Amino acid sequence: MIAVIDYGAGNLFSVKNALDFLGIENKITAKAEDLKSADKLILPGVGAFPDAMKMLEKSGLIGTIKAEAAKKPLLGICLGMQLLFQKGYEFGETEGLGFIEGSVKLMTPENLPIPQIGWNSLEFNEPCRLLQNCKNGDYVYFVHSYAADCPSKNVAAYCDYGMKVPALVFSGNVYGAQFHPEKSGDVGLEILKSFCSL
Amino acid sequence: MLAKRIIPCLDVRNGKVVKGVNFEGVKDVGDPVELAVEYNRQGADEIVFYDITASYEGRGVMLDVVRNTAKQVFVPLCVGGGISSVEDFRDTLRAGADKVSVNSQAVKNPKLISDAAEIFGSQCVVVGIDAKRNGKGGYSVFINGGRVDMNLDLGDWVKEISERGAGEICLNSIDTDGVRGGFDIEMLNFVCERVKIPVIASGGCGKLEHFSEVFEKTNSSAALAASLFHFKELTIGEVKRHLAEHNISAR
Repeated sequence: MIAVIDYGAGNLFSVKNALDFLGIENKITAKAEDLKSADKLILPGVGAFPDAMKMLEKSGLIGTIKAEAAKKPLLGICLGMQLLFQKGYEFGETEGLGFIEGSVKLMTPENLPIPQIGWNSLEFNEPCRLLQNCKNGDYVYFVHSYAADCPSKNVAAYCDYGMKVPALVFSGNVYGAQFHPEKSGDVGLEILKSFCSL
Repeated sequence: MLAKRIIPCLDVRNGKVVKGVNFEGVKDVGDPVELAVEYNRQGADEIVFYDITASYEGRGVMLDVVRNTAKQVFVPLCVGGGISSVEDFRDTLRAGADKVSVNSQAVKNPKLISDAAEIFGSQCVVVGIDAKRNGKGGYSVFINGGRVDMNLDLGDWVKEISERGAGEICLNSIDTDGVRGGFDIEMLNFVCERVKIPVIASGGCGKLEHFSEVFEKTNSSAALAASLFHFKELTIGEVKRHLAEHNISAR
């Protein structure tokens, strides 16, 4: 069972719809025991970094997420991906979950609108199992204003938005997608499927 | 690099997709969920449902369409038509829409744009505009499906929309809509020069070449079409291949 972590921030239902469509057992949950009994965890998120961290703290799940992510795969999506880093700089500095080295900063592309909204192509970097059924150049759907600033060794794929934006990151058991796999058509579904079959 | 998007638009009345050559000649062309699934299969980058039902009951039916589509189609869904409040935004997003489009109500109550952007984020606020040449070298904004002239200058309106935090503009030219002679390049350039947010071209597309033309001659981010796709004159796949042949980045 995949536990989709419900901490009050996010597009939980589109993630659930995608998992249901793939026939993958899943549960939207805010309970620590579900996170413990799950095979894998998904951390969604839409909104701002500090609010989301506050809500995660309020949920009381941070300790469980940290303990479980040492044993089983965790996938953060969009803001959920950004929370995986050490720090976020959206409305001041906020401490993140610290699974992956680096921080999250406002994008500063020249002559391009913020947020980035739309389909951008993946540029493969480090080999990653989540991309096993994808091709370099496949398009995925992004909606974001902030981006990770992190070592290249943790980046499975970048996208080009006037700057190199980490699109898919990983470190050990922990994976993060800046794009929305649940809104990225067949490519996104393949990435979710690859995560669920880790 | 961001791909240029191809967006099919489905006009939905009482849960059925309809397409009218004119307002009297509206005919059913099918089930919206099935059509959305088919467009998704063809490679649509986004799907727009436009609710042309005027009744309260119709809204519920529309939300069911969105809910059922969101279970089978995994590309962004945008819903417009009759959205007049923050509550309408919330209901529509909760049903599974990723974006909500407002048109006449935004002209009547521009604060709706800023309120929705603040609560739900700019990325989900699309402002639709129906505009027409005013005979004095400029363009005027119309509402109620292009029937009522608001004496509102298009340049002023797009600036306000953008300042209020809209995420995108969908520009429909009344001058070219239904004529099938191509998108309104002039009007699109007029708007693209004035805002940084993405502009979706709508109205006037009649053949394959019009898609490459709009991306070669304007900075539009997306092109929207309805009848061409409904009546199977073109598939979205054909449009994508055409764009690729013209070295226009497409998914």
